[in-house]
Amino acid sequence: MRYTPHTASDRERMLQAIGLDSLEALYRHIPAALRERAKIDLPQGLSELAVQKRLSVLAGENASAGDWSLFLGGGAYQHFIPSAVDAVISRSEFATSYTPYQPEVSQGTLQALFEYQTLICQLTGMEVSNAGVYDGASAAAEAVLMSRRIQPASRRRVLVSKALHPQYRAVVCAYLKNLQDIALEEVAYDGSGATDVGALTARLDDRAMCALVGYPNFFGVIEDLAPIQSACATSGAQLITVTTEPLSLGLLKPPGDFGVDIAVGEGQSLGVPMNFGGPAFGFFACQKKFVRNLPGRLVGETVDADGRRGFVLTLATREQHIRREKATSNICTSQTLCALGATVYMSLLGKSGLRRMAEINTVRAHRAQAMLTRQAGLAAVFTGPYFNEFVLRGAELEKLFENCAKHKIVPGIALERWYPELRDCFLVCVTEMNEDEEVERLVGTIVE
Amino acid sequence: MSEPSSSNPRSLAAEPKLIFESGSAGRSACLWPLEGGEVAELIPAALLRRDIAGFPELGELETLRHFTRLSQRNFAIESQFYPLGSCTMKYNPKVNEAVARLPGFAQIHPLAPVALSQGAFALLHELEAMLAEISGMERVSLQPSAGAQGELTGLMLIRACLTERGNPRKKIIVPDTAHGTNPASSTLCGYDVIQVSSNEHGVLEAAAVEKAMDETVAAIMITNPNTLGLFETNIEAVAAVVHARGGMVYLDGANLNALMGIAKPGHMGVDVLHMNLHKTFSTPHGGGGPGAGPVGVKNHLADYLPVPRIVKTADGFTLEEDSPKSIGRVRSFFGNFGVLVRAFAYILALGSDGLADASRMALLNANYIRKNLEKHFQLAFHEPCMHECIFIDRLQQRSGVSTLDIAKRLLDYGYHPPTIYFPLVVSGALMIEPTETETPETLDGFIDAMLAIAEEAKNDPELVKHAPYSTPVRRLDEARAARKPVLRWEPPAANAAS
Amino acid sequence: MEFPEGLKYSKEHEWVLVEGNTATIGITEFAQEELGDIVYVELPEVGEKVVKDDPFGAVESVKAVSDVYAPVSGAVLEINDILPDNPETINDDPYGDGWMIRVELSDTDDLKDLMDAEEYAEYVQQQKENDEEEDEDEEDEDEEPEDEEDEDK
Repeated sequence: MRYTPHTASDRERMLQAIGLDSLEALYRHIPAALRERAKIDLPQGLSELAVQKRLSVLAGENASAGDWSLFLGGGAYQHFIPSAVDAVISRSEFATSYTPYQPEVSQGTLQALFEYQTLICQLTGMEVSNAGVYDGASAAAEAVLMSRRIQPASRRRVLVSKALHPQYRAVVCAYLKNLQDIALEEVAYDGSGATDVGALTARLDDRAMCALVGYPNFFGVIEDLAPIQSACATSGAQLITVTTEPLSLGLLKPPGDFGVDIAVGEGQSLGVPMNFGGPAFGFFACQKKFVRNLPGRLVGETVDADGRRGFVLTLATREQHIRREKATSNICTSQTLCALGATVYMSLLGKSGLRRMAEINTVRAHRAQAMLTRQAGLAAVFTGPYFNEFVLRGAELEKLFENCAKHKIVPGIALERWYPELRDCFLVCVTEMNEDEEVERLVGTIVE
Repeated sequence: MSEPSSSNPRSLAAEPKLIFESGSAGRSACLWPLEGGEVAELIPAALLRRDIAGFPELGELETLRHFTRLSQRNFAIESQFYPLGSCTMKYNPKVNEAVARLPGFAQIHPLAPVALSQGAFALLHELEAMLAEISGMERVSLQPSAGAQGELTGLMLIRACLTERGNPRKKIIVPDTAHGTNPASSTLCGYDVIQVSSNEHGVLEAAAVEKAMDETVAAIMITNPNTLGLFETNIEAVAAVVHARGGMVYLDGANLNALMGIAKPGHMGVDVLHMNLHKTFSTPHGGGGPGAGPVGVKNHLADYLPVPRIVKTADGFTLEEDSPKSIGRVRSFFGNFGVLVRAFAYILALGSDGLADASRMALLNANYIRKNLEKHFQLAFHEPCMHECIFIDRLQQRSGVSTLDIAKRLLDYGYHPPTIYFPLVVSGALMIEPTETETPETLDGFIDAMLAIAEEAKNDPELVKHAPYSTPVRRLDEARAARKPVLRWEPPAANAAS
Repeated sequence: MEFPEGLKYSKEHEWVLVEGNTATIGITEFAQEELGDIVYVELPEVGEKVVKDDPFGAVESVKAVSDVYAPVSGAVLEINDILPDNPETINDDPYGDGWMIRVELSDTDDLKDLMDAEEYAEYVQQQKENDEEEDEDEEDEDEEPEDEEDEDK
């Protein structure tokens, strides 16, 4: 049978060695009533070729970035991934190995994760990073839970910017709903597209636990973290930044430089394909003093019996397999291979390449915005500075999108479903993968 | 044992540098030209950073060589036998890798209009149905990113349902054999944990559960087969006891590889379960993920499933985004789609007969190993095991050799050790799960190695106690790593200053 | 194994040195041996109240965490500040430099429940024998003859 190598004579020999007369004897102790109803009602297995064909048909029914012009961001980004990244993560030594509980034979994964942790620290300007969590949204939720472990019980109010990614806000809400002591409050954004600092400051008192702000936020606006951090610090609340587009950190002042307590985000932009939203990984970094409250795995440096440098999973007493119900989180399997891909990506681009890629994104997005507002009759909605995403207002959005689809273009993400006040507005993302000619075609299609 | 020759920096055993310790200023393997624009005119200077201090600066070959060399310091399924109990380290089919990389799956955006992703939704919808059929459940959500997130989701569903009935209750019953994620997930869901002991045969008894069960208990979390590799023979009686007092039954499906075509959790009184696609359904472990932990429920919990949900209509697939009773979302977008594609391809390839065969061969392989080792290693239990068997180090401890030592010595024989010291109810557990994709010859080789180590433990215990010798590094000082955590590289100047 | 006279001992393997109304508290040699290499110590803050039989801190090895229980009630006067950076001191000198906290006793009656050195030494001996007995019981179970036919039922 598929993937099981046993021949009839293999089975016979093995059954004989065990002392049983049939395969059924292996599970005869299971209640008959269960065994009788256990048949799986699915079609017969397909050959490898048939599987390929079937999947190709399904894949062919989706609008892929190579085929369509996608101006889509909103937490998933189309970026150039050097071929070397996939070459590395396709290596079976990385792809088919287990969590590195036996460090002597997992130094490849462990060292790569140690490098990953370092790169995230450097990128975010923070002091310590874990080895990754599921995604940016659950990272945001885990960050709030971490703040809850650190802050005293008198502080249980969580302030979330309305300009934070709506799905992230939903996940934070779902995670916190089960803990009776937390109060979640939303803080409005202002005309610049950034969090209303005055409104935020007004809610920061001695009962505030933490504030969550996107950086850049869901509208693509680069929030000014300085006054936000200052207000938080004054009131004793922690500031958590959430970055859905970490390529921006190749260019922007990193959260660490502002004195942020916890910096999390989505790592997909760093060398992981969009994959229809997953898998990628969530990155999670914080100040050193909070390290024992970090969720997720941590890789540390040490030496072996002969004095050689080596790496191990460490501070494991925070984790579920030791601390059980008192663990910092329940996370076990994470997103290691994706984090490894990001490590390779960041290593390939390097100091100058990453900054340059971020610059290209900035320049292209701003050029596109100028063209769309001047030539296509669309209006910029927010005034704040932005990286590679911006919000535009148009008329009859449904028709506009329909028209674009005929030309295999998706001009952006309509915002009404999350922000009813932003009817006829859509979020446009322009990266290094959107050629100038694509933008011209978009303009042409809208003007038609 | 001979020592690896690490003195030659080009030898395979040589200690690699860190990526930050290589390269040269100004190098990059991917530096695009900047045309037609000045960033300084577009973003205020106060928002711009200085260059990233310490970031790597390498060429492309340098980088590839670095990571290739690192990969050579890893064990992996494709190089070594990996009998990790409760991890199901089966073959990760290459065809799954190929199809997951199709641009129509890898290059599609989750927020594109639904009409433009019909193939993706068709795949997800069909996968939901497949997993429901295999597990005997009625509805499935593919959103959770891993088993532990599946557990949290399942508990949230229970909580939402009980809340609607009037009282979410306060506690979850967890057996002493449970995986650590079970109590951790319970806490995350706002529940206290009460532990119930398994009996001397390693399984739960209805009477013991009944004693712990009352109207303050929301649910029991059971693993079946449990972490001892034993079928929870009393599961239906246990479920009845819990249901009688208004509680629900959560099944941790980590060991589903023992049950396909043999028994369906949906018939055992289970209300909600999770499955681990990176275990039972062959998606690669990746050194620690990504995985996927879909949940399956009976209809009475369907209203609470996460959104968005995929709905099949006459005009194709649509998404149900708003559902007032839903617990909401546990992660962004649709889950680990790329992992789901791989599992889908696997189930297509095996089909009904192949899945049933997989479980039977998993049981055959585990029992074969057990039979061949039981005269030289102490079995933890004599009950029939399913897809994994557990030994303890009782016999070897007579000469001072522990489970840890046996595990480390196995590395020298070229095998990844079994799971050790789990579950905690057994002292010095050595949990072996070969999976169905291993040949009898591989099993024989492993058995021979274990028998050799048993001999060594008797005649030369010191040899075993200081293993491994032939791995890239020897035993590592974990106490040092925990006392003085060094969690990142720092440039030398910083070190000199401290 | 050492059981210094002049100290009092609790069932949870803590020791207490009473000087006037002050009690110095640590964990015993038996406890540190069971734990293995200690990598981290969680201590209360000065001024905090500790309550008899409640945990006041924790001791971590690489693979385990153990709560440390207050053998007496009182207010924390001092904590041993070398422990954060040198937790292994508890392994090296559990009764001396490895002391954990110093409290002001709130009720000297608490001391009545504690054991003296001789009683504690006996208690430890009993613990070790219990562990061996458990092992033997398991061995007896395992020595039951195996009947292959049973597995087919």
